[in-house]
Amino acid sequence: MTETHGGPSGERGTAGRPDPAADTGHPEPPPRVGFFTDTSVCIGCKACEVACKEWNALPADGFSLSAMSYDNTEGLGASTWRHVAFVEQTVPDTAPTAVPSPEGRTELGLSPVERAGGSAGGEQTEAEETPGSKIRWLMSSDVCKHCTHAACLDVCPTGALFRTEFGTVVVQDDICNGCGYCVPACPYGVIEQRPDDGRAFKCTMCYDRLGAGMEPACAKACPTESIQFGPLDELRERAALRVDALHEAGVPDARLYGHDPDDGVGGDGAFFLLLDEPEVYGLPPDPQVPTRDLGRMWRHAAGAGLALAGAVAAATATLAAARKGRA
Amino acid sequence: MRDLRRLLGEWPVYRQLTGGDPTGRGSAAVSPRTQRTRPRTDLTDRVVKSVCPYCAVGCGQEVHVRDEKVVQIEGDPDSPISRGRLCPKGAATLQLTTGSARRHQCLYRAPHSREWRSLDLETAMDMVAERVLRTRRETWEWEHEGTRVARTMGIASLGGATLDNEENYLIKKLLTGLGVVQVENQARVCHSSTVAGLGTSFGRGGATTFMQDLQHADCIVIQGSNYAEAHPVGFQWVMEAKARGARVIHIDPRYTRTSALADYHVPLRAGSDIAFLGGVIRYVLENEADFREYVTAYTNAAHLVSEDFRDTEDLDGVFSGLDEESHTYDPASWQYEGSPVQASAGAREPVADRRTQDTSGDPATQAAGGSETHGSGGAVAAARPRRDETLRHPRCVYQVLKRHYARYTPERVEEICGVPRRLFLRVCEDLVANSGRERTSAFVYAVGWTQHTTGSQYIRAASVLQLLLGNIGRPGGGIQALRGHASIQGSSDIPTLYNLLPGYLPMPHHRAHQDLDSWVDSTRTGKGYWHEARAYAVSLLKAWYGDAARPENDFCYDHLPRLTGSHDTYATVRAQLDGACKGYFLMGENPAVGSANTRMQRLGMAKLDWLVVRDFSLIESATWWQDGPEIETGELRTEDIATEVFFFPAASHTEKSGSFTNTNRWLQWHEAAVEPRGDARSDLWFMYHLGRRLKERLRGSTDPMDRAVLDLTWDYPVTGPHDEPSAEAVLREINGKGVHGEPLSDYTALRDDGSTSCGCWIYSGVYKGGVNQAARRVPHGAQEWTAREWAWAWPADRRILYNRASAAPDGSPWSERKAYVWWDEPSRQWVGHDAADFVPGLAPDHVPSEDDVGVAALRGDDPFIMQADGKGWLYVPAGLLDGPLPTHYEPQDSPVTNGLYPRHARSPVLLQSSRPENRYHPGADEPGAGVFPYIVTTHRLTEHFTAGGMSRWSPYLSELQPEFFCEVSPMLAAERGLEHGGWATLVTARNAIEARVLVTERMIPLTVHGRTVHQIGVPFHWGPNGLSTGDAANELVAVAQDPNAHIQEDKALTADIRPGRRPRGAELPQLVAEYRRRAGITAETGSLARQEGSKND
Repeated sequence: MTETHGGPSGERGTAGRPDPAADTGHPEPPPRVGFFTDTSVCIGCKACEVACKEWNALPADGFSLSAMSYDNTEGLGASTWRHVAFVEQTVPDTAPTAVPSPEGRTELGLSPVERAGGSAGGEQTEAEETPGSKIRWLMSSDVCKHCTHAACLDVCPTGALFRTEFGTVVVQDDICNGCGYCVPACPYGVIEQRPDDGRAFKCTMCYDRLGAGMEPACAKACPTESIQFGPLDELRERAALRVDALHEAGVPDARLYGHDPDDGVGGDGAFFLLLDEPEVYGLPPDPQVPTRDLGRMWRHAAGAGLALAGAVAAATATLAAARKGRA
Repeated sequence: MRDLRRLLGEWPVYRQLTGGDPTGRGSAAVSPRTQRTRPRTDLTDRVVKSVCPYCAVGCGQEVHVRDEKVVQIEGDPDSPISRGRLCPKGAATLQLTTGSARRHQCLYRAPHSREWRSLDLETAMDMVAERVLRTRRETWEWEHEGTRVARTMGIASLGGATLDNEENYLIKKLLTGLGVVQVENQARVCHSSTVAGLGTSFGRGGATTFMQDLQHADCIVIQGSNYAEAHPVGFQWVMEAKARGARVIHIDPRYTRTSALADYHVPLRAGSDIAFLGGVIRYVLENEADFREYVTAYTNAAHLVSEDFRDTEDLDGVFSGLDEESHTYDPASWQYEGSPVQASAGAREPVADRRTQDTSGDPATQAAGGSETHGSGGAVAAARPRRDETLRHPRCVYQVLKRHYARYTPERVEEICGVPRRLFLRVCEDLVANSGRERTSAFVYAVGWTQHTTGSQYIRAASVLQLLLGNIGRPGGGIQALRGHASIQGSSDIPTLYNLLPGYLPMPHHRAHQDLDSWVDSTRTGKGYWHEARAYAVSLLKAWYGDAARPENDFCYDHLPRLTGSHDTYATVRAQLDGACKGYFLMGENPAVGSANTRMQRLGMAKLDWLVVRDFSLIESATWWQDGPEIETGELRTEDIATEVFFFPAASHTEKSGSFTNTNRWLQWHEAAVEPRGDARSDLWFMYHLGRRLKERLRGSTDPMDRAVLDLTWDYPVTGPHDEPSAEAVLREINGKGVHGEPLSDYTALRDDGSTSCGCWIYSGVYKGGVNQAARRVPHGAQEWTAREWAWAWPADRRILYNRASAAPDGSPWSERKAYVWWDEPSRQWVGHDAADFVPGLAPDHVPSEDDVGVAALRGDDPFIMQADGKGWLYVPAGLLDGPLPTHYEPQDSPVTNGLYPRHARSPVLLQSSRPENRYHPGADEPGAGVFPYIVTTHRLTEHFTAGGMSRWSPYLSELQPEFFCEVSPMLAAERGLEHGGWATLVTARNAIEARVLVTERMIPLTVHGRTVHQIGVPFHWGPNGLSTGDAANELVAVAQDPNAHIQEDKALTADIRPGRRPRGAELPQLVAEYRRRAGITAETGSLARQEGSKND
């Protein structure tokens, strides 16, 4: 019953990668879909949080001020399937020194105009050392990663969690019995049991909407397209281009997170463009699916079992022979 | 057997073994319920097109209805404005409209009662009608100082910015018909200074551009606005520009979510923006970096100013004409040189002189708020002043400007604003580099600019700069005045404002406007479309009074009540406190939280005979008598309060049809999706049925005071189970009709002989061809980016105003890159991406004859067709009361003296009203100044909406920002012992409040005049009611107003901050009294009289 990783099922996917939907018996599945969350354009409005709650009719879950910047949601949970993190940083001058190059237009130099008189700051003053605000405010909308190798799915004993035809991971609340095995299994701490209910809940990537050809509620609402939804392959291409563009524009810290099919979870179905280390956003730097080696372990176990059985058989035979010999 | 197979088939293990899912975690695990999953939007009976009811971005919404219930609300992907997206508030509209927080039952609180009791709707309506008539009769005034006023000062109304245009229209029409002049709405409190500032500069008081056009900007300066937080979905157009390589600059006292997305943030001291902008203007002028060809042709730079004019440079900080007794200017000396030279040119020309005399030197007339009447028609000035095309004449506007701003050096900017020179110069360089033929820069502002005692001049400063840089009327340029309510632009255009009639016609003043002729003649210009004001005015009177309006009775002009001074919302509160105003309507507005000096607001309401509150929930303005802050302190006792309070539950935007005018000046129609439940009704219903009742009660009356009510046209068709009046019928009346009843296609068809009628001339065309143009919805993907087939923009469906200026004087585009509207010689027409905001077919080289007046007097290179001289005004020779050029003065409450004009800390003509409830702080050079050492600035958060009535009751929004807080720098926290996450108490001479503390590096201490100045940010959304509660920031704010627009100063005040929670009960006023004692505060503290006095010491 185990979903194998990098084993036979992995070889069935394109380019040697797992194709989670096809590998789990969905005939002619649509392309795997996902989220690309580009935090460099996130304005921290939390429309994603609200649109998610409205669509999925999730309850409000707490009215206390966290004093963690503008983050009063604090984390993903059973009733919070999108969470916007706010990170306030003090950094050296963030103002760029050059105008980002316009697309297909003449670029104009920045200082073609002579400065006003002698008063306009010809001489170096201490003001030279105090340019713009030395602050950076990172905002990032977090969500279930819909891992290629999903530990929650692997450990679910009831079949409540399943891999959809879209390659996403969804909890079926009519099946879930609230055992909670999935909770510690998740390397991101995403899935959670609702206290008054016991069952586990998390982002479904709006499974119901996907079935009707609609995009997830959060992606639809996002005012700046920080949350992009689409076929994962396309998103990965787009994300790579975006990182290149940011690097060119003088944002060397831009990097992708969760996009790599070779990472510890086989790549995320929801991946991110970050402007700092993942830990800064509260994301694990190197997530590992705890069930990563489950297949190999099963095979080992099976082998060991066989060996044991063989050994037992041999031993029994030997014993029998010995007995026989003694007799 | 088949059942068995089906049952077997539902068994995952069977499917795992027999199907294609050996893992048992995919298809095999799918439960029957999962298999049946469908989105609820698939099951809806209908999808109704709507518009988000929160801010003025005007995002399109789709309302899904099933079994006559709204089951989902999402963004409308067709909308060219929002492209299907919504912010958290927009995303929470399902909860707003269908949630349990909404009331559906009328409530009544009897005088002195401790409780509400329920009341049936019909009885409640009858009771209100009875009270309106009684109060009106008891307080009726025929005359004031010997001239006709025909009004009641006993009744007032506040609210309209959250309502539909049609609702505002009926409110204004009915209340004006009743003789009520104290009609106000949030537009006073939010953007009235925008109308005065933009209107006098360009001829219209709305944003010059539309949000989507920001994507074409090469540089965007966001100043006085927290765009990303307050208008998140509109901010996508800034992000589009940024993605294309545009420079985005945020200039603001606080580092906000907008700053986080900008290329760089410039922190500046709240209240110092004019000094900053003046510095940029100086930079442009000193370097001759202005767009000279544009400036010479399209602005009044070449006009010569009167020899009598004296600048602040000549008079040590004030302009000529100041009367130090009344604190008003006589603006006569500000006019152009030799204004009446064209007196021979036409009979209409001397009008200019009469107007000048009307406003000059008469403080009572000035108080009537005439500056706002330039919302769609400039101030009166000479049509053809003397010019010096070389711009070298010492009295030409260009040179006047240069001298005026010579003082605003980078050093002074640094000293006053706390902005380091290098950073200031970077802004100057970015703006100059990104303006000109090939490039354009845009300015975006909001209430960070408007809410100052010099608010109109803040807007003017940006207007001057954008004219100098040649950025007005061009793609990617302009000034976007971000409005904050769904229809706050509409509630200015169809004004629920005391000083205006629809289309920015002035409410008549008892002395200046004694008959129709003097009213019209003192308003209209000699040149351009505002010359035709008589046609607009007569058509309005025809729309309101129908057949009763005839030429021989001045079209019922005398039915209009008269102003005698300021009757703005703060004057109303004072009138309530003084017992003159006895009845009050609150329609979708919550002044007990949202207006300045909220304690004064509540104390005023406690003196009322009756109060009508129409809202979704029991907001603070409805419950102050029961559980308000003054009940807790013991200042008021419920049993002592004689006010009757009526609560009427309001219908939501999904339950009524109507139009909102968004910040683009676009009228967008929203369709009713369902009927409102219980007693909830639209404001259209409320006003219509109230009016119907009043007219029935007065039927047959021969009392002359009832004539205006009886003559009011009030025959709107009603439909549905609640007899809802037809909003489309109201819109048709607004649009106007011709001689044969046909809908007019634009305002040029209006006549002054009574043959046409029109409820709001600038909206004429919205029902062109008998079609509701506001309901046009061609998807953005199916048309050009100007989206001319989506909704309808005033005026005449033009999207970028003054777009004649997007072409050079010869009619060709300034550059290919910035081509927008240009002259097409073969067709002899202006063509391009938009309807030309110009005279159709008027050739670029046209020069009118000296005898021409009105539209015929416009030249082919006069892009500002509502202006008296056809030009953009760098210098305002008339129309403003506090000077022809923006000048830096300190806010009413400021910790520093004026670094430019030490003898005039504050504007010499700002409006003050010191009274026990509204004391000012000592000026920086008065004793006691140190008691309130910190600057406070109020602001918004994305997660809440204005005074909270539409967000603090929403669980989804409240959990995102659950508590009131203040933001302070680590340095200030250390100085005052404030703990992150702990409590602080903020104190002013008005009140004291408590807030949780966020210590953050985003609050940046500034060096101003060589000393460290701390600023504290306080969001103003909270109050004691709802799910998320807290003290109201507006408790701290004094009422001190801009003289042009009467807007209050919320954005820069002073306070003290101390650790810990505020005292409870009677100890709270004692704390405030103790502070007042320490600061030595009296009625004279901070007054202009004292300013003048200390100057003479």
